[in-house]
Amino acid sequence: MKQFIQGIVENNQHQATHLLQILREIQSRYHYISEDAIEQLADLLSIPRTQIIGVIEFYSFFHLSPRGHYELLISDSITDHMLGSKELLAYLADKLGVVVGEVSADGLVSLDKTSCTGMCDQGPAGLVNGHALTHLDRAACDKIAELVKQQKPLEQWPPELFKVDDNILKSGLLLSQPLELGAALKSVFKQSPEQILTEIDKSGLRGRGGAGFKTASKWRFCADEAETQRYVVCNADEGEPGTFKDRVLLNTYADQVFEGMTVCAAIIGAKHGFLYLRGEYLHLHDKLENILAQRRQNGLLGSNILGAGLDFDIEICLGAGAYICGEESALIESLEGKAGIPRNRPPYPVTNGYLGKPTVVNNVETFMAAAAIAVNGGDWFASMGTEKSKGSKILSISGDCARPGIYEYPFGATIQTILNDCGAEDVQGVQVGGPSGTFISNQEFERKLAFEDLATGGSFIIFNASRNILDMVHNFAHFFAHESCGFCTPCRVGTSLLQKQLDKIVEGHGSAGDVVALEELCQLVKNHSHCGLGQTAANPILTTLERYPDLYQNKLKEISYEPGFDLDAALETARRMANRDDAGAHLAQIEVNEHE
Amino acid sequence: MSKTITIDGKIIPFEDGQTIMDAAMAAGVYIPHLCHQPEFTPHGSCKLCTVNVNGRNCSACTFPAMEGQDVLNETEELIEDRKKITQMLFVEGNHFCPSCEKTGNCQLQAVAYHLNMLDNHFPLFYPDREVDASHAEVMIDHNRCIFCTLCVRASHEKDGKDVFAISGRGIHKHLIVNAKSGLLKDTDIDASDQAVHICPTGALLVKRTGYQVPIGERIYDHKQIDQVALAASGSRPVAALQPSMAVGTENIKHGE
Repeated sequence: MKQFIQGIVENNQHQATHLLQILREIQSRYHYISEDAIEQLADLLSIPRTQIIGVIEFYSFFHLSPRGHYELLISDSITDHMLGSKELLAYLADKLGVVVGEVSADGLVSLDKTSCTGMCDQGPAGLVNGHALTHLDRAACDKIAELVKQQKPLEQWPPELFKVDDNILKSGLLLSQPLELGAALKSVFKQSPEQILTEIDKSGLRGRGGAGFKTASKWRFCADEAETQRYVVCNADEGEPGTFKDRVLLNTYADQVFEGMTVCAAIIGAKHGFLYLRGEYLHLHDKLENILAQRRQNGLLGSNILGAGLDFDIEICLGAGAYICGEESALIESLEGKAGIPRNRPPYPVTNGYLGKPTVVNNVETFMAAAAIAVNGGDWFASMGTEKSKGSKILSISGDCARPGIYEYPFGATIQTILNDCGAEDVQGVQVGGPSGTFISNQEFERKLAFEDLATGGSFIIFNASRNILDMVHNFAHFFAHESCGFCTPCRVGTSLLQKQLDKIVEGHGSAGDVVALEELCQLVKNHSHCGLGQTAANPILTTLERYPDLYQNKLKEISYEPGFDLDAALETARRMANRDDAGAHLAQIEVNEHE
Repeated sequence: MSKTITIDGKIIPFEDGQTIMDAAMAAGVYIPHLCHQPEFTPHGSCKLCTVNVNGRNCSACTFPAMEGQDVLNETEELIEDRKKITQMLFVEGNHFCPSCEKTGNCQLQAVAYHLNMLDNHFPLFYPDREVDASHAEVMIDHNRCIFCTLCVRASHEKDGKDVFAISGRGIHKHLIVNAKSGLLKDTDIDASDQAVHICPTGALLVKRTGYQVPIGERIYDHKQIDQVALAASGSRPVAALQPSMAVGTENIKHGE
């Protein structure tokens, strides 16, 4: 192991900023990161051991104790649940003879749940040793169990288990007109970076990650900084449950995304760029590296790009299972080899980003659109969309519809139009923008896709009339509690309290004041949390509480006081210790007649 | 004329580079806080110092003071929210003041008194946490850690060591020490390190010094935490000049 780690560290030039990449390799080879490995890394990278442990314990895909040689994870997204993943997980656990969350006695296999893997249109989905599994069903589980039993190396597993489809079902402004290689860069060099920035400004392009900050302004702020060492970062940490469009863009339009990053580099004067790819998209890694290599060969990346004197290159960094890294300052921390904890702002990344230098962080789709605007001009883009939301939006549609997949719409499209196109019937409501977005009911389908109405980073999950909305809210509440980085009190404790309070109501232990208490807690977490995660974590509860108050109220007991937990279950330890199980050792949850 | 902000209508001078907390403390205005100590890099994690700046909630300890800021500090709403945030800190750990050696000297307890916290409000988590009594002179009671990182910062910034770090994610966050065994006895900590004495709660204690000061004669037994904090920072309170009319906009660049 010593030699193996020595080798990886040398390949990473002893850079502590590469800690995540180094840990990924160790985890992949040994299925955990041992004390000895930590000791050696601390020495080789000249960082405290505690920093390494802090990173390992922060990211879901790193472990201090051994996972199975086959590490199986099943996506716990609501979209996977809707496709039967819960039953499938139980089935797989049975087949493999392993308890969910644990490692088999022989160390061969471990099985657990993981946050949305971005395969919502082809679930139930999962990961085996980091590689995406799609279209899981009982037959696939049987096959997997057999392959594990035979200890077949992953390379010999049937490729259909790993088949990932694009499912592009509606192309618009961007998807229907892919650029020729180098077209955007030629346009930059033919005109000037300043002129292209003016075009991007004119286009009205706003960040596609969801928040919608004006792209041209961000680039200009960065370009105006006195510090000349600047960075371009593409945020491909697509972790919002229900979002998978960046996976498709990087699978099929990667050149255009890289070109958009290079256009940005020309404008802001950056020499180095990063693609921060979520760990769940490991399957795209080698393909993307090849595309980068090809671009270097074609003079589109590297030194003196297209002979025009621009030096710029792109490095791919893989995440390791942390939704919070989609937040731009957490992403930068992660790029620096640290736990993804959002920074205090100001200063903002445009002035103090990667290594404290001015940095532009944009979404995959934003860079793709910027490349297209560099070729086709600002007016071309601005001719579509609404006054405040120009151009188009690429949606990831999943849930209850006949044709889930990728759809591109001009901003301003109504929800009803979208539902008609994807074949959604008997719709109860739609979660627009993922768990951090808004739940809308079937009374609101004339609302529009736009920053000024329903903003979304791309997630669009449809629920038909057969679905229990509280199941969705429950799933989202647990998701946020799991993904909270824990930095600030309101989010660290608040997301767990939200989960507890919601469980209490859903499980029927709530009484008169409990919905009011839930709402108060929502406001506290929303108003006081450090970053977007905490500020939006209560949205699933707030938006459904607003639309379906009865759903919550009907769960409450009609008594003035109901114990907040199961009284009889709480006595279990005492019964065991006293070796009693008679009637006197049990408690009824409520004294039935007492309150009448 | 020096630059000013207003806090609850009071005009407060500030210098470039100061945070809202710095300016407030210097002017004798107390903003509740736990993870902040003036001599350490601000952290901004406990969120007790949340103030409302021109309509937006910000952490006073990290947010720069800027001309035109109209800051709300002691509103009924903020006091209530700070109380709830303090209650969150109480329920996520195991804080039993009557049996804690730090009682009366504890900032968490003192802030709770200051905010008139009379109960836990939220359900207790009763987490299973350990005590590290391995070291001859210093002990860690993880039950009382609130993750303020003051010991982490003090060890790094003042003691020139890296004895402590916060590890884990979300509600599973925990304090770790820099030793292969994971035990304090195998670190290079010394009882005279600043890190040992900076803990706002009873999570870090020096052994064999317990109850040397009797209960009833401790720091917060006779003084409110605002008095103590302001006196420690050497602030010179300025009288309110006049209610300000200034309402400005912040010139900051927002992220995507």
